[in-house]
Amino acid sequence: MKEVELNTTTINFGPQHPAAHGVLRLVVELEGEVVQRAEPHIGLLHRGTEKLIEYKTYLQAVPYFDRLDYVSPMCQEHAFALATENLLGINVPERAKYIRVIFAEITRILNHLLNIPAYAADIGAVTPFLWCFEEREKLLEFHEAVSGARFHAAYFRPGGVHQDMPEGMEEKLFDHFKTLPKFIDDLESLLTNNRILRQRSVDIGIISKSEAIEWGCSGPVLRSAGIAWDLRRSQPYDAYDKVDFDVPVGKKGDCFDRYLVRIEEMRQSISIINQCLNKIKSGPISIEDNKITPPKRNQMKKSMEALIHHFKLFTEGYRVPAGQVYSAVEAPKGEFGVYLVSDGSSKPYRCKIRAPGFAHLQTLDHLSKGHLMADIAAILGSLDIVFGEIDR
Amino acid sequence: MIKILTKIDGINNVLENNNLLEIEFEKNNIIKIFNELKDNTELNFNQLLDITAVDYPSREFRFDLIYILQSLTKNKKIILKTFIKENENIESITNIHKSADWYERECYDLFGIEFINHPDLRRIMTDYNFEGYPLRKDFPLTGHTEVRYDDLEKKVIYEPVKLTQEFRNFDSESPWEGMENKLFGDEKSTGEN
Repeated sequence: MKEVELNTTTINFGPQHPAAHGVLRLVVELEGEVVQRAEPHIGLLHRGTEKLIEYKTYLQAVPYFDRLDYVSPMCQEHAFALATENLLGINVPERAKYIRVIFAEITRILNHLLNIPAYAADIGAVTPFLWCFEEREKLLEFHEAVSGARFHAAYFRPGGVHQDMPEGMEEKLFDHFKTLPKFIDDLESLLTNNRILRQRSVDIGIISKSEAIEWGCSGPVLRSAGIAWDLRRSQPYDAYDKVDFDVPVGKKGDCFDRYLVRIEEMRQSISIINQCLNKIKSGPISIEDNKITPPKRNQMKKSMEALIHHFKLFTEGYRVPAGQVYSAVEAPKGEFGVYLVSDGSSKPYRCKIRAPGFAHLQTLDHLSKGHLMADIAAILGSLDIVFGEIDR
Repeated sequence: MIKILTKIDGINNVLENNNLLEIEFEKNNIIKIFNELKDNTELNFNQLLDITAVDYPSREFRFDLIYILQSLTKNKKIILKTFIKENENIESITNIHKSADWYERECYDLFGIEFINHPDLRRIMTDYNFEGYPLRKDFPLTGHTEVRYDDLEKKVIYEPVKLTQEFRNFDSESPWEGMENKLFGDEKSTGEN
């Protein structure tokens, strides 16, 4: 038998590494500095969300969704709210739909404002991080104004949203989104034509159209490959069919295209928010069925029935007709889906969460083959990996 | 589309529900069905979104195995479902959809369903050396073991779970919405006797 000499080095990357964007353990096989194989070991942040949800009522399950992809909380609540509403067979009021779209888009900007500078930081630029965090803080104030929490909002609930926007919020939002495009221009002036950023990202981690579909990619990763696919456009939910926006696509599907797609998505999000602010009218913000949404606090002080409803909703919860449903939203990272099975009781029988990052991380081995070790950081950053949603 | 789907060998039942097609199929024909779904230009279900399972411990065919497929060209999503017994296994579809690799690993990890011809069927979500299948209904929510850092041994050690308070699962299903508003003897009033 012939002896084969292996010239490869196997190294362990993570689980604690600043470029791993969380707790990712990678076993990388290198030949010199060239990656032969990169095998992700995930699950270090597995908290058993799906199991926990089986033991909670539908309303109690909402906050778990904030904690999946903790960078874009509201988009995930959105998927769960849509799935539950679908099973209940209810339609939320117009104003709630617009509020949801506005906040889903704010969340999208928040997500990209973290991913872009984090990606830039991975490949050598520090300033964008400082700039974007200031802008994020301003947007998080809007989150706080409506829900009371900066991140773990639990704001989108089955049946609508938790409470109406405070008075004067629409004007504040409108004023703020007048200034944000200028910030994105500034950010671009720092990055887009930056020599280092281009050297590190153009032609790195190329994914072709067919591969992107084959690997189950969605969101900016799929669009960067040149496929104009956006669930907000192709399978519109809530008020997305009433707004006009462009779907940016890339040409090559490399890291740089993914960066550009995200920049343009932020601009489109601002446009969507402005259109919603022009169209939104006053009205109820959740369905007025006290069997599903709790009565208002002031009613509870006077009405016995309202008090009973409140008590029953927060102990037993509402019952959801038996059935199964798969609802997906275009989260900032891609298609975030919830597959919900109800057995007719007040707790979900099974709640499967389809996280976009799970499919994206799976492509890492394929994308990094033949690249340098240092490019793994760039590819990981451009895939927008957040372990809260991958490990669930 | 429903017509074409029902013609495929091994597909038993096609239901349309909220713009979503729910399909039941025979598990022995899985390779043929998934190839057909992918290659038929009228269907073109080219993206596998997810594989998951639902556990019904009281049934003979214990698990519902769920495949969610999407067609980007036809803008359609379908849910495929098959039933399998506890110790049965099923053919892997990694040769048809590359993304099935991790989805099947996850399903194996959390439910203990084995996929034949999977290139690398290992646990993915749970800890190294984990025992049991957490998403089965008979697996306790609190788990079996817990970890802590032991200062004497200078390492993280595993111990059986100790609960300071007994695990409580409130059964709050009281007659609010669920109970039928029916009185004894009321069936006589319908006048059939």
